[in-house]
Amino acid sequence: MSKTYYDPSDLRKFGKITDWSKDLGEKFFEYYGKVFEEGALTAREKSLIALAVAHTEQCPYCIDAYTKDGLQRGITKEEMMEAIHVGAAIKSGATLVHGVQMMNKVNKLDM
Amino acid sequence: MALKSLKKRNNSLANSKRQLEILSNGIFKSGELPTFKESVSSTNQFPIKSKPLEILQINLGYMCNQVCAHCHVDAGPDRQEIMTKETMQQCIDVIKKTSAHTLDLTGGAPEMNPNFEWFVEEASKVGIKDFIVRSNLTIITSNKKYNHLPEFFKKHNVHVVSSMPHWTQGKTDKQRGNGVFSKSIEALEMLNAVGYGMPNSKLKLDLVYNPSGAFLPGNQMGLETKFKKALKEDFNIKFHNLFAITNLPISRFLDYLIASENYEDYMTELVDAYNPEAVKNVMCTNTISVSWDGWLYDCDFNQMLNLKVASESKHISTFNEELLSNRTIITSQHCYGCTAGTGSSCQGAVV
Repeated sequence: MSKTYYDPSDLRKFGKITDWSKDLGEKFFEYYGKVFEEGALTAREKSLIALAVAHTEQCPYCIDAYTKDGLQRGITKEEMMEAIHVGAAIKSGATLVHGVQMMNKVNKLDM
Repeated sequence: MALKSLKKRNNSLANSKRQLEILSNGIFKSGELPTFKESVSSTNQFPIKSKPLEILQINLGYMCNQVCAHCHVDAGPDRQEIMTKETMQQCIDVIKKTSAHTLDLTGGAPEMNPNFEWFVEEASKVGIKDFIVRSNLTIITSNKKYNHLPEFFKKHNVHVVSSMPHWTQGKTDKQRGNGVFSKSIEALEMLNAVGYGMPNSKLKLDLVYNPSGAFLPGNQMGLETKFKKALKEDFNIKFHNLFAITNLPISRFLDYLIASENYEDYMTELVDAYNPEAVKNVMCTNTISVSWDGWLYDCDFNQMLNLKVASESKHISTFNEELLSNRTIITSQHCYGCTAGTGSSCQGAVV
């Protein structure tokens, strides 16, 4: 396969989004950087949250980035997998909780 | 994990010329990535010149009881290169007259040199300010004849710097071999027991962390906090500082990078993280590295690549600090490892 929608090397070019909208791009990266600073949550905790969200969003760039970020912080593979399960549990829970809406509708319509 | 050195396996990467070829060709020859010289020139810092000598680092030999996957020395039990007592005496003569305030013994496992203890006793008499021995920890418990080392180090006020790639067994053993973690913990307990690493203790115990794969070390302070908390909670072990060191793309780590198809990505990451501030403090500018056979190098990595100092004084037998001062540091693309992010040295980050 010669062409794909995703190219791993595009991650390095992320900063270039600023080229076509300097002000908004810079504001985004400033915000992004600030979010991941040590705060009420540690940078390590934020990295694990980012990894879980990267999976629920199914963003390959984010998965590459926050897997490496986790390794750099000494986060173990067991911790990473547990974080992903948290994301997966919320995803599946979010699907299933809509089952109540289905049940409500059935109960209303069905004799 | 291979149990033999690259040299024993007749691997082409045991040859320093082959390593230098790889580091100069490919993505650097095609212009995809700038060479180290180009990057340093772009920030007007080329050539890098040495400053007054502060650290004399002596490699007592490449023999080691471990065969770590990332080892830049290609050390192991099968390596026979060991410093002779005659060369050691030449080192002592230099230590007596040098202005360096730090003496740093490394290897291999320096303790495996049969004249190691004699050398430490003689060198400690000179009264150098900071006397470091880089111990892999497991050597202390590997054989009864080494069990007394914590007491021996204490007697000579040696500053112990030990390798510890992670606070968990899985990651440690993967990099350094099965059983290394539990043996290291045992050795740390022995060092703590004689006073090493205790808060306010003059017996300094520092740990060296280097990543267990193709990624850069994270923030040194953050890692130190995590190491301290985990080792204290799990084993009641204490230590002073953690040095986070970047793996340089040479020898066994280069072999790993190529075999795992991580070489280009890793070099790209190092180049992207190039930091001119780190260039100002790279260790080669205040260090002389002495090989087991007495040759002089800008650093331990250049020693392994057989890149001798650019000076008329090239050997410990003709050591001349004046001739070595303000020399031009020999560089290649492996040097990106010491200038990435917050930089890397045998004392950890430099920025």
